[in-house]
Amino acid sequence: MSHSLTAASRLPAEGWLRRAATLLYRKPNLYLSLLLVPPLLWFGAIYLGSLLTLLWQGFYTFDDFTMTVSPELTLANFAALFQPANFDIILRTVGMAVAVSIASGILAFPIAYYMARYTTGKTKAFFYIAVMMPMWASYIVKAYAWTLLLAKGGVAMWFVQVLHLQPLLEFLLGVPGVGGNTLSTSHLGRFLLFIYIWLPFMILPIQASLERLPPSLLQASADLGAHPAQTFWQVILPLSIPGIAAGSIFTFSLTLGDFIVPQLIGPPGYFIGSMVYAQQGAIGNMPMAAAFTLVPIVLIAVYLSIVKRLGAFDAL
Amino acid sequence: MTVAVQFTDVSRVFGEVKAVDRVSIDIQDGEFFSMLGPSGSGKTTCLRLIAGFEQPNAGSIRIHGVEAVGLAPYQRDVNTVFQDYALFPHMNVLDNVAYGLKVKGVGKSERLARAEEALAMVALAGFGGRKPAAMSGGQRQRVALARALVNRPRVLLLDEPLGALDLKLREQMQSELKKLQRQLGITFIFVTHDQSEALSMSDRVAVFNKGRIEQVDTPRNLYMQPATPFVAEFVGTSNVLRDGLALQLSGSDNPFSIRPEHTRLAGSEPLGSDEVEISGLLHDIQYQGASTRYEIRLANGQNFCVSQANNQWQLGDAPVQPGQQVTARWARAAMVSLRREV
Repeated sequence: MSHSLTAASRLPAEGWLRRAATLLYRKPNLYLSLLLVPPLLWFGAIYLGSLLTLLWQGFYTFDDFTMTVSPELTLANFAALFQPANFDIILRTVGMAVAVSIASGILAFPIAYYMARYTTGKTKAFFYIAVMMPMWASYIVKAYAWTLLLAKGGVAMWFVQVLHLQPLLEFLLGVPGVGGNTLSTSHLGRFLLFIYIWLPFMILPIQASLERLPPSLLQASADLGAHPAQTFWQVILPLSIPGIAAGSIFTFSLTLGDFIVPQLIGPPGYFIGSMVYAQQGAIGNMPMAAAFTLVPIVLIAVYLSIVKRLGAFDAL
Repeated sequence: MTVAVQFTDVSRVFGEVKAVDRVSIDIQDGEFFSMLGPSGSGKTTCLRLIAGFEQPNAGSIRIHGVEAVGLAPYQRDVNTVFQDYALFPHMNVLDNVAYGLKVKGVGKSERLARAEEALAMVALAGFGGRKPAAMSGGQRQRVALARALVNRPRVLLLDEPLGALDLKLREQMQSELKKLQRQLGITFIFVTHDQSEALSMSDRVAVFNKGRIEQVDTPRNLYMQPATPFVAEFVGTSNVLRDGLALQLSGSDNPFSIRPEHTRLAGSEPLGSDEVEISGLLHDIQYQGASTRYEIRLANGQNFCVSQANNQWQLGDAPVQPGQQVTARWARAAMVSLRREV
């Protein structure tokens, strides 16, 4: 009698919901797969599946006369990437992406370091907001605003005049590969706009990696006799490389894929992004666009494997 | 004997908090010196002042005669073993140990040889190729020790280095540290909150409380002749009796300390002329194997603890039960008069 009483009080109101909960509790693998399968399906089909489908189209044939795509497999599109006209686009884009990533890294590091190690409470919140606020504004508006800033008679030129730096600017604009007629039609202007737009993507990952750096490591380095510069090169920089790598993947891949900035600022000439846009949008040459899409993916994969070989992720 | 580290009226203030308050100490060259105190008592701040991670607001710190105030950590001939070991995760063990030599510009072959030697000294020869993450807590501790010692500092600072280790490993490291210190003759300054660790390892111990030093003495003197109620209660267990009770038992209204193991439960024998006693209600008995503790509640509500050695091999009966009225008795000479609390 008393036995059945305790059993009843232990398991009150055995509803189907409770039974299901008990079943899931007893079978953690079932529980896990119920939780994971839907998002994995979504991720696999929507992200990877569509990406692979897109890349697969790179093997299709585009007929220049009829302007139609036929599913006959060919390597011609990928071979076409190495034609001088296309290869120029790749080199131009990669060169810009590398320059933007390096400059963003150099600009971002001190800000990230200050945020991670010297700010607390409200100051930290202020810096977070200050870094991210430009990202809240529309990208297109910002890009157009910069065309005005950099235009002849714009704020940037006025500033240069006030500081009496016209000779320096003219010298910079005269350098082949960097300059152009004016700031807004030069590689330099395009470079400045890219840095402006992608800088937050560099600051935040570096800041996160520096925040994880225990202060005792820096003290230990100084304690063992290292000057601040030695501590920076031997301890701080190596341990922040995962953050720099993450940030540079953002700036690198975003620059590689961008098609608006190259159209608004800088000299004429396609970037990978604008080429994809032109091939797919204007011409309808999906296979060639897909072939161009593969370029950033391959470049980033190569970049990551180099960074990994350098041991950047060992400390993760 | 020369002075390795000398504090003269050193103060360090964090906002409103006086972490270190007019501290003066002379730490002798070659001694094993411990700074003991509860957390927040200023002992770690003192260590960081010696290392150079903090600068004092007032006072002078001399390391082997050289004024250290204003010097950066890398300008000081001291090395630190950190509480969290602070090993560089991106370097292997050998590079960690060789780091101090590398930044000082010692050539590669020499620094690796010396790092190997230092690893051998802490019984980790052959572990140089591993990453710190692949080692146990005790091993990391030894690496941190080797890394600090490879620079041959004149003063080694240890910031609660054994805190994260389990008891067995801690005891083993205690004796190894002591042995290493004797063998190398380096001044060790050891910060700990564990009084038994401080007593068993040190030549001298400074007891910290609220940013000030209560007493600096040898472990034996510290235990047998505590100067203040804080030292008496922090180092080991003690019964500190104050005010009226003190006056009644010792004839002076200064507080005094009596160790539990120097008292016993009185039987029916008469009180000796050189003895004192006090009665109370026995409310707890803790059997601890080698000894038994009796907790007595005195008339004023204070707890009084008696510890008796269980040195009879027969089982016998428990002599008393909780709830009984008992009397604790001790030799008058065993009482230590303490400085009045400020």
